[in-house]
Parts: sequence; C-alpha cells; structure tokens
Amino acid sequence: MRTWLRLGNRLLFYLLVVFVVVYSVFPFYWAVISSFKPSDALFASDPNFLPLPFTLDHYKNVFLQANFGRNLLNSVVVAGGATLLSLVLGVLGAYALGRLPFPPRNAVLYLVLAMTMFPQISVLGGLFMLLRQAGLFNTHMGLILSYLLFTLPFTVWVLVGYFKGLPRELEEAAYVDGATPLQTLVRIMLPLTGPGLVTTGLLAFIAAWNEYLFALTFTVGDKVKTVPPAIASFGGATPFEIPWGSIMAASVVVTVPLVVLVLIFQQRIVAGLTAGAVKG
Amino acid sequence: MLTQRQVRLAWLLVLPTLLVAVLVAGYPLAQVFYWSLFRADIAFVEPPEFVGFKNYLYLLQDPDFRQALWNTVKFTVFSVSLETLLGLAIALVIHSNFKGRGLVRTAILIPWAIPTVVSAKMWQWMLHDVYGVINILGVKLGILSQKVAFLARPELVLPAIIAVDVWKTTPFMALLLLAGLQLIPEELYEAASIDGATRWQQFWTITLPLLTPALVVALIFRTLDALRVFDVIFVMSGVNPATRTLAVYNRQTLIDFQDLGYGSAISVAILVLIFLFVVAYMRTLGREALQ
Repeated sequence: MRTWLRLGNRLLFYLLVVFVVVYSVFPFYWAVISSFKPSDALFASDPNFLPLPFTLDHYKNVFLQANFGRNLLNSVVVAGGATLLSLVLGVLGAYALGRLPFPPRNAVLYLVLAMTMFPQISVLGGLFMLLRQAGLFNTHMGLILSYLLFTLPFTVWVLVGYFKGLPRELEEAAYVDGATPLQTLVRIMLPLTGPGLVTTGLLAFIAAWNEYLFALTFTVGDKVKTVPPAIASFGGATPFEIPWGSIMAASVVVTVPLVVLVLIFQQRIVAGLTAGAVKG
Repeated sequence: MLTQRQVRLAWLLVLPTLLVAVLVAGYPLAQVFYWSLFRADIAFVEPPEFVGFKNYLYLLQDPDFRQALWNTVKFTVFSVSLETLLGLAIALVIHSNFKGRGLVRTAILIPWAIPTVVSAKMWQWMLHDVYGVINILGVKLGILSQKVAFLARPELVLPAIIAVDVWKTTPFMALLLLAGLQLIPEELYEAASIDGATRWQQFWTITLPLLTPALVVALIFRTLDALRVFDVIFVMSGVNPATRTLAVYNRQTLIDFQDLGYGSAISVAILVLIFLFVVAYMRTLGREALQ
C-alpha cells in the first residue's frame, strides 16, 4: 500500500515536470514547425505536429522579398553598440562606485537604481524631441543613445556588485608596486571581472535586441528599423492575408541566436539575473 | 587612504555615466514636465500655448485615461499574481531532486529568452480563430465546444493577453524564487521532519517565511514591469480600448494624435503612479522583508 502511494506520488510529480516542460517549450516548437510548413499545410484543419511536408519557402521569402536582412543588421548594430557603450562606461563608473571612496557615492548609486526603475514611456516624448533636435531621429546612434537609458544603469548596478566582491589586498599590492588606480583597474581588476562582463553584456544585449517601444517610435522605414518592429508590422500582399509562415520564419531567425546564447551561458545568466534583481 | 587624486579620478570615471543619465533621462524628463503645461502638438504646427494645469484637469475627467488605468490595474493584478503562483510551483518542482533537473531548468528559460514581440506573434498565431492550434486542439479534446475568437471578443482579449504575458514572464519569477529556495538551509527541513512536521506544515512554517525576501523583490520587479506594459498589448491588439493600458494610451496620444501637451501630462501621471507604487511597496512589504 505504502509503496503504491509512493509510486503514485512519483508518477504525479513526473507528470507535473512534463507539464512544465511542454508548457514552456511548446509555443516555440509550434513556431518552428509552422515556419517549415508550406502555406496549405499551415492552414489545414488537422495540423501535423511534425514539420511535414517540409519547405524553406518562408525563409526564402523573408530574406528575398522583405527587407529582413537589413533589419537584422540594424539590430546587430544597435544592440551591439548599446552593449559595448554600456560596458565601457559601466566599467569606469562601477569601478569608481565600487572601489574608490568618494563622498556622494550613495547618492550616485541611488540615482542609478532609480534609473533602473524608470518607465521608458515617461520619457518617450522628451526623447523624441531631443533626437529630432539633435538630428538623430531615425539613426542607429539615436537608438543606441536612447537604449543607454536601460542598459547603462543595469550594467553599472550589477558591475558594482562584482567590483565590491574583489579582495582589497589585490589593489593594495598593486599600489605598493607603484601602479596608478587606472592601471590597477585595467591590469588587475578588469581580468577578474571577466565573467561579470560577459553576463552583464549578454543581458544588456538581450534587452536591447528585444526592445520595441523606442525602435517603433524613433525609426521610419527599413533603413534603421530593427527586428522587433519589423516583425510586428509584417504584412501580406493584401491587408486580409497575414503571412503567418513568414512571420514565424522571421521569429525563429531572431530567436534562435538568443536561445543558443541563453543555453550556453545558462548558469551565468541565472546568476546575473538574480544578482541584479536581488541586489536591486 | 583617501587622496585628493583618488577622489578626482572617481569623479572622472563616474562623469560619463552621469552625463548619459542627464542626456537620456534628466533632460527628456524635464521636457516632459515642461510641455505638460502647454497645449502643443509634437510638430509645432501651431505655436505652443501655456495652459498651466489644464492638461492635468482634463486627465482627471478623461474616460479613456480612466479606462487605460483600469486596464493597467487589471493586467497587473492578474498577471503578477498568476505568475507568482505558477512561478512558485515551478520553482518548488525544480528545487526538488530528480533526474533531468538541469534540462527542465533550461527549458523554462526559453520563454524568457524569446523577444516579447515574437512571443506575442507566436501566440497570435496559436490563438488564431480558425487555424490556431489552441482552437483546433481545444475542440478535438472537447475542452472547447466550438472555435473561439480569443483576440476579437472584448471580454476575452485581455485575459488572452494576460495568459501570454504569464507564459513569457513566469520563468523569470521561477528563477528568482529558485534562487531564494536554494538559500534555505536543508537542516531546517531535517529538524522539522524529526519533529514530525508534515510537508505542508514545513512549507508554511519554513519555506514561505524564509522565501519572503526573494518573493518581495520578485513581486516589486514584476509589478513595476506590468504597470508599464506596452509590447505585448500593442502587438496583440493595438490601441483597442478593451486592452489599451496607460503606456499604450500614452504613446497613442503623443505619436498618433501628435498631442505633446496632453501626452506629456499622461507621462507625468505614469511616472507619479510608479513612484507612489515603489514607495508604498517598500513601506508595507519591503521593510519587514529587507530587515
């Protein structure tokens, strides 16, 4: 009787596990197989749960007819630019805030924290005006600058934690050897924060890669438009015909690199996410 | 050893970050405050006219604003509480020892990794009234008596979008809670078992109290996100009044209606709302949890 009960519990538990996995993965799986099905199979009343029959037409369509290649390139430039800039500025700022004792340190930290909670929508109008005045409307630089609103404070906040965690002796030894603070940062501290840089950089990149509101509002046409607004506005030949196969193909193309990155850096991302959130 | 040189270096290193903060947050925010006191269009076709607090007075009686506020509150309450419960359940499942735990943890990261716009499109396709897999499966399995136009029926569209948001954001919640669970010492449970406490009692007397700090932090983060929700709503149902949240209404006023003055007033209102929420949350839940 007891063993039966235990076996039942065990079975129930694994059913729960299976449910969690299916719930998490199925929508993406469905997008992937939809992107490989020819249109008539896509609109079948009894859909196949495997991508059969199989076609690459939607992918060809996305890259040949739509300007999707251009959008992808824009996304790489904008997300990459915002990430690099955030890392460079963030390392300098975080080193000062984490290691150098200077009076208004806490005030600056609070300012950074306040920025991480800032609603993007509240500055939309102001940023719109600013970018237009500065001639940065519909430019990569304009988007990169506006993305610093959320990537930079996050980067600084998480990196301050990393810098604080390093032992004081390292720095002191360097000073004794006659190194300047800047040399200490570049030669000693920076190599040690390598993992932190990779994690924060990756999280900043993902945030910028996925951003929609600013990209939608500050760009016009395909010259600068990044992938999220492009996918959101994918149209068919007529307003009544939504090209679901192509939308799914585009979705898979932008998501697969992210999923791969996330799977590779899984442990670090979880650590980074929780560090950022728990300390924040 | 606080030398003058070090202080100067510190300022120098922080300066770029401060400059960026002023440029992308401080200055635009000042503009938003300023223009909220004017009647002005975003292209300045007409010369701006100073109107004092008229935009704010109008905001107080604007039924569209009230509806957007109500939609935002509904979205936030349902989405955050559902994902907290679900996230807690998933965290508890992954926390226990079983074969393939790493795999499951990886699987639940997938929704988090997918861009919101993409997940909105994926679900739009799955919820399609005729060809959507949910309708087809639902009818086949007898869960639905007939196909449902989830995204066209006014009473179903917000719940459907909430379900999509819950799918996308629950993993984040689960991971934060899992991190909290891993901080609870195993000995507590052993001692409790020896004293004859049931699993259920252990959950209420050990797990939940010790998990509270992580729970509060996660709740604050998710609630802040939910209050400013834009992407999933805008992609799945555009500016439909049945789902239009504050952020969606705000963008519509500013960009579609080109109304810089009133749009700025809404922006200020959202900022105040979020600020009040942060303060209130810290006061009620935060204090005891953060001690």
